[in-house]
Amino acid sequence: MSSTEPSEPAPLYAAREPVFPRRVKGNFRSLKWVLMALMLGIYYITPWIRWDRGPALPDQAVLLDLANRRFFFFMIEIWPHEFYFVAGLLIMAGLGLFLFTSALGRVWCGYACPQTVWTDLFVLVERWVEGDRNARIRLFRQKWDAEKIRKRLTKWTLWMLIGLATGGAWVFYFTDAPTLLRDLFTGDASFVAYTTIIVATATTFAFGGFAREQICIYACPWPRIQAAMMDEDTITIGYREWRGEPRGKLHKGLTPEGQGDCIDCMACFNVCPMGIDIRNGQQLECITCGLCIDACDEMMDKIGKPRGLIAYMALKDEPNERAGKPVISVWKHILRPRTILYFTLWSAVGIALVAALFMRSPIEFNITPARDPLYVVQGDGSIRNIYTMRLRNKAGKDTSFRITVLGEHGDQAVKGLHLIIEGQEANLVTAPADETLTQRLYIEADADSKLAHEDRTELRVWVEDVNGTGRVSVETVFNGKEDH
Amino acid sequence: MSKKPTKKQEVETTGHSWDGISEYNNPLPRWWLWTFYACIVWGVGYTIAMPAWPIFKDGATPGLLHSSTRAAVAVEIDRYAKANEGVEAKLVAADLTAIAGDPELADYTRNAGAAVFRTWCAQCHGSGAGGNAGLGYPNLLDSDWLWGGSIEDIYTTVQHGIRNTEDGDARFSQMPAFGRDELLEPAQIDQVVQHVRKISGQEYDAALEAEGAVVFADNCAACNMEDGTGDRAQGAPNLTDAIWLYGGDVKTLTETVTNARFGVMPSWSFTPEGGEPRLSEAEIRSVASYVHGLGGGE
Repeated sequence: MSSTEPSEPAPLYAAREPVFPRRVKGNFRSLKWVLMALMLGIYYITPWIRWDRGPALPDQAVLLDLANRRFFFFMIEIWPHEFYFVAGLLIMAGLGLFLFTSALGRVWCGYACPQTVWTDLFVLVERWVEGDRNARIRLFRQKWDAEKIRKRLTKWTLWMLIGLATGGAWVFYFTDAPTLLRDLFTGDASFVAYTTIIVATATTFAFGGFAREQICIYACPWPRIQAAMMDEDTITIGYREWRGEPRGKLHKGLTPEGQGDCIDCMACFNVCPMGIDIRNGQQLECITCGLCIDACDEMMDKIGKPRGLIAYMALKDEPNERAGKPVISVWKHILRPRTILYFTLWSAVGIALVAALFMRSPIEFNITPARDPLYVVQGDGSIRNIYTMRLRNKAGKDTSFRITVLGEHGDQAVKGLHLIIEGQEANLVTAPADETLTQRLYIEADADSKLAHEDRTELRVWVEDVNGTGRVSVETVFNGKEDH
Repeated sequence: MSKKPTKKQEVETTGHSWDGISEYNNPLPRWWLWTFYACIVWGVGYTIAMPAWPIFKDGATPGLLHSSTRAAVAVEIDRYAKANEGVEAKLVAADLTAIAGDPELADYTRNAGAAVFRTWCAQCHGSGAGGNAGLGYPNLLDSDWLWGGSIEDIYTTVQHGIRNTEDGDARFSQMPAFGRDELLEPAQIDQVVQHVRKISGQEYDAALEAEGAVVFADNCAACNMEDGTGDRAQGAPNLTDAIWLYGGDVKTLTETVTNARFGVMPSWSFTPEGGEPRLSEAEIRSVASYVHGLGGGE
């Protein structure tokens, strides 16, 4: 740069460069189609799967019942106090992403991210309506004549319908799907349902149709975090510069002397949904979707050169191959301390969650001693403690439970102790199906008993299903009268 | 526009360099700028549509939509009040003793009564209804009741209060100030205190107590009964049990006999002229039922 010429300051803002991805065929494209069908299928069908849980509970297999604070997932039912399962699943999702990113780079972004999947679908629709890359560029430059208006309106309508179907499917996860579908058409569905559909439709339409790669580049934090998890062993997309350069056109179907394998056909650039040239090396925009590999392989086949000028490879592979060193196997790249650590953590959380799931007790209850006041002196001098018991009946039918209070270490009865259940004659309570029963309990100690004069006595409260074999206990405490 | 990319796109750097890592000076996307402008427009529109500028003495600009969270709360409260009308009518019409046995009324009074209690009663009786023994606010959880612990008795107490001047139907009784008004000699007071210690099962001075029994029979038995078990019809406490409103030690008992006690509770059905009653009939019934269900109810 000459020092005499004052350089123009760089512009602060730049318009988006539209991207017109060309159609491509190949292994990775096929894989992406299959995954797209699979994931969209799961998304749309899941709320309609039925699962019989008896008359008291909903029969939807996957249901996030926010109103009743229950989460149903096939045979699993999660109550609000078991929210740690959700936290655990989120931790697993996080660690899983760490694992995949450190091993396979941005494979989530390239294949599984909803932004990628829906953008792919929207581009497919765009291609049906407006044609392939060159036709779309032509249409883009064209004046707003009848043809352009017709094609744009058709495309936007189809996009809007996809958006509506997407937003529409979302709300079915939160309430009974068949009922909601009917209510949506009759106008009886809730305000929240309609608003959610409108918002989800609008965002799908805008993100898939117009924002596309801008979401990944500017809005999504995940690519920036991923950069910290990738190293030179991570499998990502690379260009074999040693083989391709210097690039140049074919002459009479042959590569001139001294020229590399890259014929500068721009196929890799033309198919890229992110609008980048992979030959410039790994870039922050790249979502490693593999479409440039398909495009280049197709071209290499045509000119009779070996495939793999652009390929999934680790960053260290290219200089390694250039230096003529032996090829490092994929497994050697993937199996390294970092990925093994992530996998170990991921499995540990998974095993812990499954264990917790199977060790859940069918009877769950807790006892809260009243602290205001700690104890009540009765007329005859006996000491009463007040407790609130919360008993969750997960049985799906009304169930009676017997309550007993024993000493801290298990079975022995405590001398001078009496259990009274507010509003009940016997030591029995009935909890309604699938509800939490809140019950006041009183434990009384005779005036001359030991525990009436002890500061604190540990006790164990047992709850037993009258019909079943289930019996569980929790520890609690009895506060005696402070004798000074 | 889809232009052919240069081989290596040359982007200026900001000139900053840390450990050899320099920072690109890429331009921001223009749609971002427009989003920023749109936010400003939204912000201006919002202050016009919604209450925003606190420029008036008694509030902010109301906004074109006249949105008010206070009004929204009032609407919610009205909605719940309407929804509760049915059960409240049923509660007012019900026999007091039937409330606990009716699941709908029991559930309603447990919650509504707790709300009333926390709002109006907890100041003296404590949020857990444990009272305050030293200050003479009775514990409502125990087995002892000055004016009766049946649902009807509790209801009447809440309705009219105790020893207040605003309600003609308030429960009323007054213990003489035996010391202050010189009805008893100080020595006699010491004696009767020892007698009360005896009948309540505490340590006592036998010599003083013998005289005290006579003083008690002459001066106290009319209200507190010969055996000291009290009389609920006049709020005379049971002196033989383990529960003390002010305290059962010699010093407190001497103070009680000397200057007497005069605990007051407001009337909750009291209606100021041209106003609403402090608590509605349904609220009084709810809180009476709630207190009755705290474990001490008879």
